Formats: sequence, structure tokens, C-alpha cells
Amino acid sequence: MGYPHKSHPRETAVLSKHFGDPDARSLDGWKKRGGYRALEQALASQPAQLVDTVKQSGLRGRGGAGFPTGMKWSFMKPGDGKPHYLCCNADESEPGTFKDREIMRWTPHALVEGCAVGAYAIGAETAYIYIRGEFDEPIRRMEAAVAEAYAAGLLGANAMGSGKRVDVHVHKGAGAYICGEETALMNSLEGKRGNPRIKPPFPAVSGLFSQPTTINNVETLAAVPHILNNGAEWYKAMSLSNPKSTGTKLFSVCGNVARPGNYEVVMGFPFKDFLYDLCGGPPAGRKFKAIIPGGSSVPIQTMEEAEATLMDYEGFVAQGTQLGSGGVIIFDDAQSMPRMIARLARFYAHESCAQCTQCREGTAWTTKILERIVDGQGTFEDLDTLLSIAENMTGKTICVLSDSCAAPVVSGLQKFRHEFEALITGKRTSKVAVAGGAAFAGAATP
Amino acid sequence: MSAHGTAPYEAVFVGKRKADLDAILLRYPNKQAALLPALWIVQEVQGWVSEEGMAEVAKCLDLTPAYVKGVVTFYTMYHQHPVGKHFIQVCTTSPCLCAGADKVTEAFLKHTGCNELGVTSPDGKYTVIEVECLGACGFATPVQINADTIENVTADKVPQILAGLK
Ligand SMILES: Cc1cc2nc3c(=O)[nH]c(=O)nc-3n(C[C@H](O)[C@H](O)[C@H](O)COP(=O)(O)O)c2cc1C
Ligand code: SF4
Ligand code: FES
Repeated sequence: MGYPHKSHPRETAVLSKHFGDPDARSLDGWKKRGGYRALEQALASQPAQLVDTVKQSGLRGRGGAGFPTGMKWSFMKPGDGKPHYLCCNADESEPGTFKDREIMRWTPHALVEGCAVGAYAIGAETAYIYIRGEFDEPIRRMEAAVAEAYAAGLLGANAMGSGKRVDVHVHKGAGAYICGEETALMNSLEGKRGNPRIKPPFPAVSGLFSQPTTINNVETLAAVPHILNNGAEWYKAMSLSNPKSTGTKLFSVCGNVARPGNYEVVMGFPFKDFLYDLCGGPPAGRKFKAIIPGGSSVPIQTMEEAEATLMDYEGFVAQGTQLGSGGVIIFDDAQSMPRMIARLARFYAHESCAQCTQCREGTAWTTKILERIVDGQGTFEDLDTLLSIAENMTGKTICVLSDSCAAPVVSGLQKFRHEFEALITGKRTSKVAVAGGAAFAGAATP
Repeated sequence: MSAHGTAPYEAVFVGKRKADLDAILLRYPNKQAALLPALWIVQEVQGWVSEEGMAEVAKCLDLTPAYVKGVVTFYTMYHQHPVGKHFIQVCTTSPCLCAGADKVTEAFLKHTGCNELGVTSPDGKYTVIEVECLGACGFATPVQINADTIENVTADKVPQILAGLK
């Protein structure tokens, strides 16, 4: 079942199978759909076995970086006498991404189960689900599911009668994109400002409350029960491309497109078919112009690059970008790329935690210069300045928010330079607005 | 909502709310971790987080008021001053902007009488702000009014949405 569109025959609905079906939300409904079999099986096995199965499946983190999940789990050493923690990252604030939201809204028990299995596998008795504060409905759904699971004895001191303790708690954030960065998330959970930490130490050594910790994305954890139920080989077989990218992936599609929404396809699916067949192509009378395929932090693709892409970790890299979080942002030929990129820069400037000079100054100046260009006040030197600022912002900071701001700017200037130049030379018809109180000056066509 | 500085401060963490906080504290190995949840309770009860609210939270969690303020100011969702009864947040990040979020913002400013972003309307009913990505980009333009997210808002739907607010 799809949401908000009907499932397309070429989708492979594993995680999204019950999206749009309210009956799947309750514990009874979830059990009827095969829920909690995986947890029962997990609690009867050794943690090392579970880690091994996840390793075999090839599952990689769906939060953005694509780190192999089984390997991440193997860094934790159950039985070292320390409390361990699992953090589920449900901060989902990357522009273009809204898949974790639907997992939590429609199948909250899938995530409770994934967290419980994950916690047990890494030797943790406690899992925290850190959900962004704006997600009111997902928070309510998750809290209700957690309460149901406790009431039924699936969680707690004697989870499913196994004699093992597994606690899962929902923790509500309070508005800050940076808290999706894993070390910032841990600081925020500890009741601090959400500043990222310098690594090392890595979370597996000293994470939440200075104890060994694993952080996983919602979609990553929700996939784990399916892997236990159906086997690592089943998961691995879901790939049209290569053995390094396996399973299904949820792609959130937004912007100028006929059918926005979440689509679940197997790794290696042809992006061209995805865009024109599944998502219905551009809005009537328009053409696609540019795509940011992995959330706003990855390089922008031209349509030529996008149409040649196979949708997996390596496939996006081969076409100049990254899979990232799977948030596909589409701009059509009516949009001004400088305007869109300037607004993204403003996002990063707003969300920078301001610890690092390159990021604090770089995001602010990038925004200022881009808005000046969009406003018709830019110069050709500004374009060079933007690139040199971007260079200073890349690979030099505590976390990669700074790099993320540079990515759309550099790729935008490479691939759509003529649009910036047209604004500078004044070959435009109307005043272009970016955002903010004075943003309503006119149309966006350069 | 307690008015700015006039009414005497009424403690939040008494009776049932004290019990709620105690239950929350059980989830964490130390008191400080309950800071965000405690601040949420203050905002729920009082509509915003005042200096007195911060001081009360600090006392409950064995922190200093200055520390609590440092945390409050980091997060965008805690109001540090009273806001309109209906706090309206329109996402205008690029994925929504390309789908017309600027027109939606404009319509809210006009029909609420706020006219300016961040300024509460003269009748105290509305405050409109722009917000960064709400995580609902496929439903452009999402608008959050207090806790509720409304999907697929277009400028022409704004008067009807405002009329439906209680
Ligand atoms: C600025 C920034 C924001 C991030 N936001 C998120 C987020 O909202 N959700 C998420 O799962 N990961 C986010 N990440 C990635 C996390 O740091 C981390 O890699 C991820 O949660 C690990 O889970 P995974 O291995 O399952 O992918 C963000 C990273 C950065 C640098
Ligand atoms: S790169 Fe930016 S967001 Fe990341 S720690 Fe440094 S200042 Fe903060
Ligand atoms: S960009 Fe508007 S909700 Fe994501």
C-alpha cells in the first residue's frame, strides 16, 4: 500500500507495505501482520548471531552516510560490564526527507520492534528514540505504541518473558537540524545544547552518558526485523546492481513533480524510470531541470546525470552525487537555481551550531552573497568568492554541516553557472525574491 | 498563559505534573537528561518559557538557571516570550519554496493581520513565522499551527484554515 499515492507495481513494498492502513498501527494489528516474531526470535538467540545476520544482509545505514550496520553493531562489546545505549535517530530534518515520519505515523510498532532487537544485539538495555519536536503526530503514535508494548510485556524487565531487560523510550527534540548529527543528538539527549562533539572518542567507545552507544536511523532499524524474519539472503537478493547495496530503500520525492510522496524500490533501480514512471514525471506543461537526490546536503545533478543513475550508494556517486538520506528534490524549468540554492544556504546558516569559524562565517557569507546575486546586486568576483569560501568550508570542521552547505553551492555553480551570470549581467525580467519578510517581490524566472 | 511580568508565577511542577516529571526521570541515569522534557511541560502549561519557568526547572533538576537558559536559547521551539494563541509556522525551505511556500506565507500575513513575520497580531490571536524544513516536503506547503501540521496548504486555502481555528 502506498501513501499518499497507491503503490506502483514496480515498487517493492517492505517497509511501506502498510503505509496508509490505520489498522497496522495497533499492537493487535501489527501482530496480525507478523509483528514481534522477530523480537521473540532475537531474544532467544545470542547477540553475536544477530549482528552476524545483519552483517550478512549487507544492510547499510539509511541516515545519510551508508555505513554498514552490522559492522557498526560489531564495535559494541556486550558483556564489558558497562551500560550500553541505542539511540534511534528520528530527527529527520534534512530538507527533502520525510520517510521516517511515515514509518512512525503508520507502522510505529515496526520501529519499536527494530529498536528492541537492535538494543539487544548491541548489549544495551535501553534504547532512546529521539524524535524532532515538530513531529507531533509521529511522537504521539510512537508513545502510544511504546505504551502498548510495555502493557503487553513485550518491553521492560522481562521482555517477552525472556528474562532480559529491554527498555524503549521516546525523547522529544525541540527544534534544531543539527541534533540529527549523531554526537549532537547525544548531547541534546543529555540535556545540553546540541553541539556536535569532536571525534574520537567514537560513540561505540564513549557515547551517550559517556557509555558505549550506537546511533541508527529509523529506516535502518525498521528494516532489521524483516531481515531476521526472511533471512539475510532474501535481503541481499533485493538488488539490481551490486552486492554493496542491498535491500529496499525508501525515497522521499518532493518539489516540482506530478506525484510527490514516498516510494520504496530495490537498490539499483533505474532513476530515469523512477522519475518518469513511478513519480509521474514533471508537473503538466513543465520539464525537469535539476535534481538533488539525497537530501539537500548532496551535490545537485543535471537531468543528464540523473537519467543515467542507478539508485544505489555507488550509482549516485558514479553520477556526481550521493544517495544520502534518499530525499529526492526536483526543480523544474520554471525555477531559478540561484534562488533555490540561496534559500538552501540560508537553511544551513540558520542551522549552524556556530562552534566552528569556517561554518559559522562560511554559511553566513555564502547566504549573504547568494542573496545579493539573486537580488541583482552581484558581481562576477562574487562567484569566485563563493567557491573559495566553499573550499574553506569543506573538510575542516567538527561535523559535516559545513560541507553540506558547500555541496549545493559548488555543484550549482558548476552546472548552472549561466543562471548566476544572467542575474549578474542583468538579463532578467523581474525582481527575484529569496525568502524572508521582503520575499514577495515577484516571479522567480531568471 | 501568564501575562508578561504581571501575574505572580505559579509553579508548574506540583501535584500531577510533579508526578509526571518523576516518572520521566526514571527513564534516564541522571536528572539533567530530563531537561528538554521538563521545559516542554513548562511551555505546555504556560504557553512559553519564562525566566521564572527556567528557574523552576533548574531547581527541580539541580541545575543553575543560567545553564538552563543556555540550553533554552539553543532550541528554536521554546518560546522565550509569549506568542499569539495560534502560532503559525510556514515552511519556506527550497523544496517548499519551489512549490509556492512564499505565496502561502504572504496569505497568512495578510489574512491574520500580522503583516510582518514574528509579530503578533493586534488581537493577540496570531503569530506567523517562517520555519525551516518540517520534514513533510512531499506535502508542500506544510504549515504547523501550534502542534498540528496541515499538509498541502495553498494560498487560496488560508482564509478557510484560519476560520477553522478555535
Ligand atoms: C548535520 C547532520 C544532520 C543529520 N541529520 C540526520 C537525521 O536527521 N537523521 C538521521 O538518521 N541521520 C542524520 N545524520 C546522520 C547521523 O549523524 C548518523 O550518521 C546516522 O543517524 C547513523 O544512522 P545509520 O547508520 O542508521 O545511517 C545527520 C548528520 C549530520 C552531519
Ligand atoms: S560544522 Fe557547523 S554545525 Fe558542525 S560543529 Fe561546526 S559549527 Fe557546528
Ligand atoms: S522543505 Fe518544507 S517540509 Fe521539508
